[in-house]
Amino acid sequence: MHLSEAVNSGFFYLAPWLVFAPITGLLINLIFGKYFSEKMVGTVASLASGAAFVVSVLLAYSVSINHGEMMSVPFAQWIHIGTLQLDWTFRVDSLSATMMLVVSGVGTLIHIYAIGYMHEDVRFKKEEGRFTRFFIFLNLFIAAMMILVSGDSYMMLFVGWEGVGLCSFLLIGFWYEMDTLARPSWANSNAAKKAFITNRVGDFGFLIAGFLMFWYLGSFQFDEVFKAAPEIAHSAPWVIVAITLFMLVGVAGKSAQIPLYIWLPDAMAGPTPVSALIHAATMVTAGVYLVTRSAPIYSLVPEAQYIVAMVGAGTALFAATIAVGQYDIKKVLAYSTISQLGFMVAAVGMGAYVAGMFHLITHAFFKALLFLSAGSVILGMERGHHHLAHHVAHDDHGKGKKKEGKKEEHGHGHDEEHSEVFDPGDMRNMGGLRKTMPVTFWLYMIGTLALAGIFPFAGFWSKDEILLDASLHFTSVYGQLTLAAFLTAFYMGRQVWMVFFGKPRHDAAAHAEESPKVMTVPLMVLAALSVLGGALNLPFEGFHNLGHWLGHTLGEAEGLPLDLKVAGISTVLALSAITLSWFIYGRNPLKANQPDPLKKPLGFIFTGMENKWFVDEGYFAVIINPFKKASQFLADVIDWRFWHDFVHDTVIAGTYNWLSDTALNTYADQKGIDALANWLGDATQSVSATLRKVQNGFVRSYALSVMLGVVLILGYLIFK
Amino acid sequence: MVPVDYYIILSAVLFTIGALGVLIRRNPLIIFMSIELMLNAANLAFVAFSRMYDSFNGQIFVFFVIAVAAAEVAVGLALIVEIFKTKKNINIDEMNSLKG
Repeated sequence: MHLSEAVNSGFFYLAPWLVFAPITGLLINLIFGKYFSEKMVGTVASLASGAAFVVSVLLAYSVSINHGEMMSVPFAQWIHIGTLQLDWTFRVDSLSATMMLVVSGVGTLIHIYAIGYMHEDVRFKKEEGRFTRFFIFLNLFIAAMMILVSGDSYMMLFVGWEGVGLCSFLLIGFWYEMDTLARPSWANSNAAKKAFITNRVGDFGFLIAGFLMFWYLGSFQFDEVFKAAPEIAHSAPWVIVAITLFMLVGVAGKSAQIPLYIWLPDAMAGPTPVSALIHAATMVTAGVYLVTRSAPIYSLVPEAQYIVAMVGAGTALFAATIAVGQYDIKKVLAYSTISQLGFMVAAVGMGAYVAGMFHLITHAFFKALLFLSAGSVILGMERGHHHLAHHVAHDDHGKGKKKEGKKEEHGHGHDEEHSEVFDPGDMRNMGGLRKTMPVTFWLYMIGTLALAGIFPFAGFWSKDEILLDASLHFTSVYGQLTLAAFLTAFYMGRQVWMVFFGKPRHDAAAHAEESPKVMTVPLMVLAALSVLGGALNLPFEGFHNLGHWLGHTLGEAEGLPLDLKVAGISTVLALSAITLSWFIYGRNPLKANQPDPLKKPLGFIFTGMENKWFVDEGYFAVIINPFKKASQFLADVIDWRFWHDFVHDTVIAGTYNWLSDTALNTYADQKGIDALANWLGDATQSVSATLRKVQNGFVRSYALSVMLGVVLILGYLIFK
Repeated sequence: MVPVDYYIILSAVLFTIGALGVLIRRNPLIIFMSIELMLNAANLAFVAFSRMYDSFNGQIFVFFVIAVAAAEVAVGLALIVEIFKTKKNINIDEMNSLKG
């Protein structure tokens, strides 16, 4: 098929607008944003993102009418050096189109939600000027993510990869001069730096993989790499193993897998829409996309695949245990995200690419829903808190649960009459929100059931497909994932009982208010998707739609039928976990100041879960503190004392001083050149003193000497 | 016809006399006269050679010399008058203000 024909038979030529639409929105807000109202800014940004969604839909439609044919849309020449021929080419196939739809679709909903959320957030933090900036960053993120998913080569993917990393950094540190409770602090910017630096480690791995790829396979372009890989895998299999494992380091960084997941919980410092968009639905799934995209390489090396699957399964289980012990509503969801990403990575590691992508899509729906609902809960609590601040002046504020270390004075950003620091995200402050925030409650319930994997919500189908694949091939992975699924249902049950049921444990929860429509309507769309998302790929003959669709890119794989045993076990486990959580948290709701009921029976295990198994502390002890000591040593001893004091001051400066002062100044200059110059002067003076006597002023004697001179010359001429 | 040699010898004698006069005598007027003598010795040599080579070049030179000598005498006498006005004498041994 000729290129022109292909372009005529679809909307492929629109592909660059995936990137340019959000960039246009960004530029409009950047240049004219200060003249716009908040609504206008939000509308422009949402329209820009929506335009990218429309383009994605058109591209997906074009792929489908082309029978799933991959289409390259060359856009610009990029880097041509020697044998390196890199072009800026958009790759539109069923896999990238799927990612585009998820990113721009969920992204647009979150843009709309953020109009409402940021409107209040900037007011609670008394920084209304930052509203525009938020949407500029959000559009920039969509653009970078589009580059990531639409790139035709690993290098273009890497540009997007770094771009989303940058946006993640900017948005985690959006409230950079405060902590999550709006007290002046560098906590948020430290969280941003942590995310960025941890991702540097991962990106280093990605880059090494890229270098190896170019060195041994001679290209960055997907198809060329995949074409060259089997031959190398035959002659030098370690190369492919190295490429895949270094790539796994990148995946671990971006998709928050063991051992680089530590940045994601801290990333919750960003505004909630950011947590939903970047740190749950889209950016963190980039690693899953990368492995899926690299499926032809990974399938060459089963060892590497096994490691990927084990990393994913381990992360899924490990993060799930931590989520059980968290009190912050967003932290629970953050660890849940890490856990679910573990599911996806395990799936793509097992070669179950369709299952991984399926879970990626449904997870984007229900985790975005959960995060945004959590944002709604937090804002509701914040509203209740402010409501109190304005109507009830001083009485009984000590009632609320106080955390250790949170008793300092208020910083700016809160009403001065409050001396107690109120954490609107702490679940121990909540309770009973079912009555005050009914819409949010129902939305949250849908998200919870989808995440817990309850039939027939989206999460059930996608998680089940992963579990089914694991049960067929990797028993240990299956065991870990099943346990993680049990814990998932448990901690989500715990969260729902703590947040929405029982009695309010803080006045703010009692006075919480429901969020406006601009926030709840996008949530309803996401809720609908969370309910119906499973229909994308039902495990029945003829309903493997996603598998068939992705099969155009990944190679047709046989869709697995529903295995009642696996589905039954996971459903029973999920239901029993929810029941168990009801026995612990639902039957006797938590009272204010009451410690977690799991604390006593689980003992040190719960302490470990509560403190994230001390992984951060471990990193500090093993890497960061020794690193600091080493830098201290290098700075103090090597640089300052040895290099500066000794080498520079003593050796170099000393030698130079000696050379210039003693050798050159005293000897060469004063005793050599000066003496010569003085001697010349003295000699000239004494000679002239002698000679001046000749000039006696008598013209006659001058004439006589002229005469004598003439006589001498004549005599010489005559007698020579 | 008198040979050229004689004129040249006479010219040399006259020049020597003039030179000695310049060196020995102390009266500026006498020194002037001696200079005139040297100039005219040169003129004599010019004329003699002019005659010998049957050319007018030498004679033309003589005219120039006479003109320059006249100008020189005018300037020199003016100087002597000025010196006499300031020093009240013209003794050449007292004129050594250009001493080094």
